[in-house]
Amino acid sequence: MANVISDETIEYVGILAKLELNKEEQERAKKDMGEMLDYIDKLNELDTTGVEPMSHVFPVNNVFREDVVTNGDGHEATLANAPEVKENAFLVPKTV
Amino acid sequence: MKQYETVIGLEVHVELATKTKIFCGCSTEFGGAPNTHTCPVCTGMPGSLPVLNKQVVEYAIAVGLATNCSITQYCKFDRKNYFYPDNPQNYQISQLYLPICRNGGIEIETAAGKKTVGIHEIHMEEDAGKLVHDDWTGSSMVDYNRSGVPLIEIVSEPDMRSADEVIAYLEKLRMIIQYLGASDCKLQEGSMRADVNLSVREVGATEFGTRTEMKNLNSFKAISHAIEGERARQIELLEEGRQVIQETRRWDDNKESSYAMRSKEDAQDYRYFPEPDLVPIVISDEWLKEVKDRQPELRSEKLERYKKEYDIPEYDAEIITGTKKMADIFEATTAICNKPKKVSNWLMVETMRLLKENEMEAEDISFAPENLAKLIELADAGEINSSVAKEVFEEVFKNNVDPEKYVEEKGLKTVSDDGALREVIEKIVADNPKSVEDYNSGKKKAIGFLVGQTMKAMQGKADPGMVNKILKEVLG
Repeated sequence: MANVISDETIEYVGILAKLELNKEEQERAKKDMGEMLDYIDKLNELDTTGVEPMSHVFPVNNVFREDVVTNGDGHEATLANAPEVKENAFLVPKTV
Repeated sequence: MKQYETVIGLEVHVELATKTKIFCGCSTEFGGAPNTHTCPVCTGMPGSLPVLNKQVVEYAIAVGLATNCSITQYCKFDRKNYFYPDNPQNYQISQLYLPICRNGGIEIETAAGKKTVGIHEIHMEEDAGKLVHDDWTGSSMVDYNRSGVPLIEIVSEPDMRSADEVIAYLEKLRMIIQYLGASDCKLQEGSMRADVNLSVREVGATEFGTRTEMKNLNSFKAISHAIEGERARQIELLEEGRQVIQETRRWDDNKESSYAMRSKEDAQDYRYFPEPDLVPIVISDEWLKEVKDRQPELRSEKLERYKKEYDIPEYDAEIITGTKKMADIFEATTAICNKPKKVSNWLMVETMRLLKENEMEAEDISFAPENLAKLIELADAGEINSSVAKEVFEEVFKNNVDPEKYVEEKGLKTVSDDGALREVIEKIVADNPKSVEDYNSGKKKAIGFLVGQTMKAMQGKADPGMVNKILKEVLG
């Protein structure tokens, strides 16, 4: 494995992903991530001169909808699984 | 003290005037009960898929063309990742790598002269939900009605040097977008929001200073004050030999000061990547031409047409076309009564006065053009005199009353019955021998007092010309 992920990197990625990892999970994640980067390195060996960057896997573009209201009042379905509701709104821990 | 220069760039978010959200068929209507305009797409339910609203692309192209941008004919969306309760997907669909418009600019004019403010890019994205803090439970309430409402973000170059230039830029931008019909651009309601990036540097320096970003500015006044305040704060830091920290600051309108929100040190790392749920957008030359051809009449064209078609002076035409709303009222009223000069006068004088007195903007005008047209007809036909007309107009302006009914109900019609008026005048003349004597002894001005007394006796409902005429006859 050529790519070695540092403890700092795995901690930072954990913070960004809002994940708390124990020591064992951290080691496993470091190994997985290193392998992913190795794979990318492998891909980078390929000569892509003259190949257009791909933006999407499907050879399709311009999929649109017209600007017409098709949905009605969706609050019941939207709130169906909400842990807490007040006056039709989700109630969540205080944010600044 | 050293001389400092302020360097300002703006990020302006504009809510587009589409009927539906950017990626789903939910209504964008403002003010519905919480979460009534929501579906699995705009609440980020797993497995839901976004489909792009074509009108969003067309509005973005229209704004780009009107601000001299080049349109990115192959563009796509990217994901911007962050966690916050107003963002149910944990990412915002936006554009980073290939924004729809780039390299534009608009000309502004201030007391310092004309200049062009560059537009770095315009990108399409979705708005977030709304959070309301609930004091009762110490929690936050989340409403996703606004989640997925289409936005364009217009990023300027750091080309502005004063609050005046910033306001001129925003006013110009707002006018262009309103004329295009792409948004109503109401700062108070949040359909236009400006974030101000500001740094200071010594005059003559070529490097930029460290900048801060200010948010929550929802009026031109707040923007001006925030710019003056932030400029002073940064200069003070530098003068004390301290450093400006790159940070986001939030403006407090009540305290008229800003405070640090979060420093860029504990970095927002958005980990952008191409949005896999949406396919690329290819804008052909034909499509561009179609959008261009459909472009409504913009301000400069309207201005020229008003001068030619309605024969109104340049100055008046400039004021009236200064906002789309005013121009719309002008045209609608003129179409009914066919008296452009009179319509223009009511808008220029009384409407502007009432807007100023009530601290309102043209967009807040709520009277129907029909009612202004009726008022003009009443005044023109001599049914009401000019001071009554002003009084009635205030009612039209405030309560959109029907002037014909109002005049009838309040009995405001000018008394044109010669006999009744003559009777009143004869009594006034008899009651004021001193004024009559003055008049007869050559003090012609004394007639003014008698006219005034007559108008008072008639409760303002007489035609002053007629009063004058009869008075002179009575006085011999």
